[in-house]
Amino acid sequence: MEKRVVFRNNVLPYILVAPQIVITLVFFIWPASQALLQSFLQEDAFGTSSAFIWFDNFADIFTSEEYLGSFRVTLVFSLAVAGSALSVALLLAVMADRALRGATIYKTLIIWPYAVAPVVAGVLWFFLFNPTVGMVTFFLKSVGIAWNHTLNGPQAMTLVVIAAAWREVSYNFLFFLAGLQAIPHSFIEAAAIDGAGPWRRFWTIVFPLLSPTAFFLIVVNIVYAFFDTFGVIHAITRGGPNYATNILVYKVFNDGFINLDLGGSAAQSVVLMIVVIALTVVQFRFIERKVHY
Amino acid sequence: MKHLRMMKMTLAMVVLMVPAIALSAPVTVNWWHAHGGALGERVNGICEGFNKSQAQYQVVPTYKGNYADTMNAGIAAFRAKTPPHILQVFEVGTATMMAAKGAIKPVYEVMKESGLPFDPGIYLPTVTGYYTTADGRMISMPFNSSTPVLYYNVDMFKKAGLDPDKPPVTWLTMGEIAKKLVAAGASQYGFSSAWNGWIHIENLSAWHNVPIGTKANGFAGLDASYTFNGPVQVKHIQQLADWQKDKVFVYGGRTNVGNAKFSSGEVAMYTESSAGYAGFKSTCKFEFRTSMLPYWPDVKGAPQNTIIGGASLWVLKGHKPDEYKGVAAFFNYLSKPEVQAEWHQGTGYLPITLAAYELSKKQGFYEKNPGTETALKQMTLNKPTENSKGLRFGDHAKTREIMDNEFEAIFAGQKTAKQGLDDAVKAGNDLLRKFEKANK
Repeated sequence: MEKRVVFRNNVLPYILVAPQIVITLVFFIWPASQALLQSFLQEDAFGTSSAFIWFDNFADIFTSEEYLGSFRVTLVFSLAVAGSALSVALLLAVMADRALRGATIYKTLIIWPYAVAPVVAGVLWFFLFNPTVGMVTFFLKSVGIAWNHTLNGPQAMTLVVIAAAWREVSYNFLFFLAGLQAIPHSFIEAAAIDGAGPWRRFWTIVFPLLSPTAFFLIVVNIVYAFFDTFGVIHAITRGGPNYATNILVYKVFNDGFINLDLGGSAAQSVVLMIVVIALTVVQFRFIERKVHY
Repeated sequence: MKHLRMMKMTLAMVVLMVPAIALSAPVTVNWWHAHGGALGERVNGICEGFNKSQAQYQVVPTYKGNYADTMNAGIAAFRAKTPPHILQVFEVGTATMMAAKGAIKPVYEVMKESGLPFDPGIYLPTVTGYYTTADGRMISMPFNSSTPVLYYNVDMFKKAGLDPDKPPVTWLTMGEIAKKLVAAGASQYGFSSAWNGWIHIENLSAWHNVPIGTKANGFAGLDASYTFNGPVQVKHIQQLADWQKDKVFVYGGRTNVGNAKFSSGEVAMYTESSAGYAGFKSTCKFEFRTSMLPYWPDVKGAPQNTIIGGASLWVLKGHKPDEYKGVAAFFNYLSKPEVQAEWHQGTGYLPITLAAYELSKKQGFYEKNPGTETALKQMTLNKPTENSKGLRFGDHAKTREIMDNEFEAIFAGQKTAKQGLDDAVKAGNDLLRKFEKANK
């Protein structure tokens, strides 16, 4: 017996996938091909003169110390953002799943930050940690920590990671909570009767059953950290101090839209695209094997 | 039948109305600018004033976000073949605009073709110098210009037993006064600064009559290179870095985020744009004054004059002759002493004409508002030299970012001033060569 659904009509399947194809063409393939073309061109800002220069833009970025440094920074930043957003969200979701009283209030409050735009979130954290007038800075000072992310690279990195991950925690929380609630209670009860403690129950039953959700979130979070975080950087550090938070996607935005180097920016975005595609392939090939559906 | 008659009537009405529209409708001139909030209101006020002063042209101002947003919007519109007539561009975008010969129409050309009277001699040379060709023709119309000055907290001076009528004149006395202020507990640190690259490299160089780059600071050609790693700049930046230990100086961050250090009383002195005056006026709960930037007395020719920051108005190609005539008429209106004086007095920006400066003096504005004349005195202190006319380097906004990053390395103690400035010059020159290649 064939399990798959077979369409008898030859046209219908094409019509059904057409909207998705059109959206992909218009919002991904077309802009991506434009970026690819642009990455081989050298243009003045107004596009009045344009020359095809083959791989010069790529040669420029790969010989630039700033760009190579940016790779390192991006790696640290993305892992820290995805890692902290996922672990904090998982912890909160497990707690919320157990909460008996006030669960709705608790959940609502955790979901709220997702409604805040990244730039607004950036500005918010910028004020909280402002070296002169920030509230958090004030408290840190009283416990003996001198906070100045305008000069201290690791502090600046910590701040942008918090600001970028903060919002993503809400998103991850929603998915983890839904995943947790889909796990049948009888499994956990059976394990409890067999004498497994909460720690053991979590790692041998809950976590494996949650793995499809976790895998999906890892992919989404990495893509978020790589592509969607330039607003936070722009609002808080502008890549500084001394390039300490100069992540790839911020550089693409900054070089292209602030400094009007379209060719160089396009070349960077092509590289970034390849990196993220490669990462996603790796995740699906290697991590997905460990996922139990 | 009935709707046929209706159609005829409508047609008749349209035919009758067309000449009426053609006669009464003024020519529209679009102006895209970067002033939101209170400044935006002032921009609208200027346009309203112009539109009421005559019936031929109508200037429509549109706020397009910050400087970078506005420039981007103008460029995108030009590429889509719907450019505004007038586009406001910040001073570091000047070289980019000048290089885009196919996109811009120089102001001197617009004025000449309009047949309207135009005398370049009425403008303040240190302001227009930034926006003229090497042979003195005006390329863009200066609009909002400012220059850095020293702000100081009078209450703190008094608390430390210092004479508020004697602000530091040289960097040496700056250091001494700062130490006294800190020792007396008047302030936590001596001073800080906004816009470090603009103030402590570009203006420092002009103020001491030393170049920032070759080819007359880039005015004479795209093949210029940066040279701001000279002895004067290195000494100054190294001194700032060393002063951190004695709490004489504290780094305030990029752009003007450090303004809070002055308004909150963390520092007693602060170098910032003269256009920051209005902001401090509303946020500082103490008396403050301004004075000229300090200088190093051992440098020959100092103090020379400082250079400007801010933005100018560029005319874009792709419009009809009578629309350009409207632009010319508007620029003439904008240059009127009373229009300029009002803008200058209300915003803290410099007036662009000498007549507006004279008018403000005559109105007693500077006596009523002490400190507002500092910027003008500093700008007009001497006849500008090749080193103090301004600067014109491609992609200079990016070079300012490079400076910021290197300052952070220097002030965090990771590099010496010499190393940091050498690296900044090297990275900046790479950009210049790339810009030269793209704009041949």
